[in-house]
Amino acid sequence: MRTDSERRGMKYVDEFRDPSLIRQAAAEIRRLAAGERQFRIMEVCGGHTHAIYRFALEDLLPRNVELIHGPGCPVCVLPMGRVDAGLSLAVEHGAIFASFGDVMRVPGRHGSPLQHMARGVDVRMVYSPLDALELARRHPDRQVVFFAIGFETTAPSTALTILRARSLGVTNFSVLSNHVTILPAIKAVLDSPDMRLDGFIGPGHVSTVIGCRPYEFIARHYRKPVVIAGFEPVDLLQSIVMLLQQLREGRANVENQYRRAVPSEGNEPALRALDEVFELRPFFEWRGLGFISQSALKIRAAYAQWDAERRFDVPSVDVTDPVAAQCGEVLKGALKPHQCKLFGRECTPERPVGALMVSSEGACAAYYTHVLQRESS
Amino acid sequence: MCLAIPGQIVSLGPDPHLAIVEVSKVRRKVNIDLLKGDSLAAGDWVLIHVGFAMTKISDRDAVEQLRLLAMLGEDEQAMRELEGYRFDAD
Repeated sequence: MRTDSERRGMKYVDEFRDPSLIRQAAAEIRRLAAGERQFRIMEVCGGHTHAIYRFALEDLLPRNVELIHGPGCPVCVLPMGRVDAGLSLAVEHGAIFASFGDVMRVPGRHGSPLQHMARGVDVRMVYSPLDALELARRHPDRQVVFFAIGFETTAPSTALTILRARSLGVTNFSVLSNHVTILPAIKAVLDSPDMRLDGFIGPGHVSTVIGCRPYEFIARHYRKPVVIAGFEPVDLLQSIVMLLQQLREGRANVENQYRRAVPSEGNEPALRALDEVFELRPFFEWRGLGFISQSALKIRAAYAQWDAERRFDVPSVDVTDPVAAQCGEVLKGALKPHQCKLFGRECTPERPVGALMVSSEGACAAYYTHVLQRESS
Repeated sequence: MCLAIPGQIVSLGPDPHLAIVEVSKVRRKVNIDLLKGDSLAAGDWVLIHVGFAMTKISDRDAVEQLRLLAMLGEDEQAMRELEGYRFDAD
């Protein structure tokens, strides 16, 4: 007997490349999860969160298999004060502020980068850090600051851009690094006393850079299985099957479901570039998770010339999130997006209050866009 | 921003850091420094993220990745990103 939500999910399945594979995986999940036990699985990556909502994958899972949306959305974990600090370089120092589209709508204390742009502040959206470097070359009389965000997927690109700036001798370009690393965040989640998790769906593209080995501590020390997954519906369901198999057998291993893109050793040139340009900060603030030690990347002294924090007097702006917004609880999986007091009323993708509503990879925006849309259709 | 765009290499060089890739008839230069260890040739497919080729993939996976982007409603955004790359060879 299928529930209504399962029927909805199954209807949706017909769109997929191979519906029979999806049905098989869903059936296998139901078989493996049969019984009283509750399984709480965290998908770490924001790209996975987006795919899970878009494809209504939760509707295919039995009630006792719960997906918790983790901290792997770079915009969502960025403290508001960092956006203000970055924008102050454009407002007070006349620099060109360049960043990715995802950053443009993040609300700062005096508005988002996009709102600053409307007020005549020189804010530019770029698709690559190399485009920000190119801006600097085209405007030799201006300072260009690239506001860098992202996990290990994106950080190597910033590192290589700084190396390129050095080799081209571009001196009016600098980077305000907000790069973070995923493993300390996973550890913080595991150490959080109110968090009970059974396993992790590991991030796909972060792992193309770092490989599989860095996740070993989760399996060894915390005895939790990790399965690195691709982004297709069948990838995600298969990774849940693999996690449930491990849990049923009492195993905790790191497994790679996304072999077609993730080499187990990671990407050597990317790791070398990261190590050359960046070092770990002693601590960094994460929205919703607080200060986490050794969790973010700063530019090494050898590259001080391209480090906006050394070139400018970057203010340390401490901005607390709006009191009513419950981003932290949603980020840790304690609340579902729609359980936040502001969800869908004061806070919508058009007028985001909290960062989880800004990016399509944020749990709130994904829920708003896909779940509400389905319910209203 | 975690999703990557598949692109097919049209030609390599002359700048050793760059390759011309094509996606849905749009051609742009991307940086290939992250694939230094791989042997790359015209016709190969790569996953592109913020202007950098990150990993080599098979033809079949490239087709699936394009399809995935379309299903996620991110195909237009991916094309805008690709068309938006403004960096050039020296």
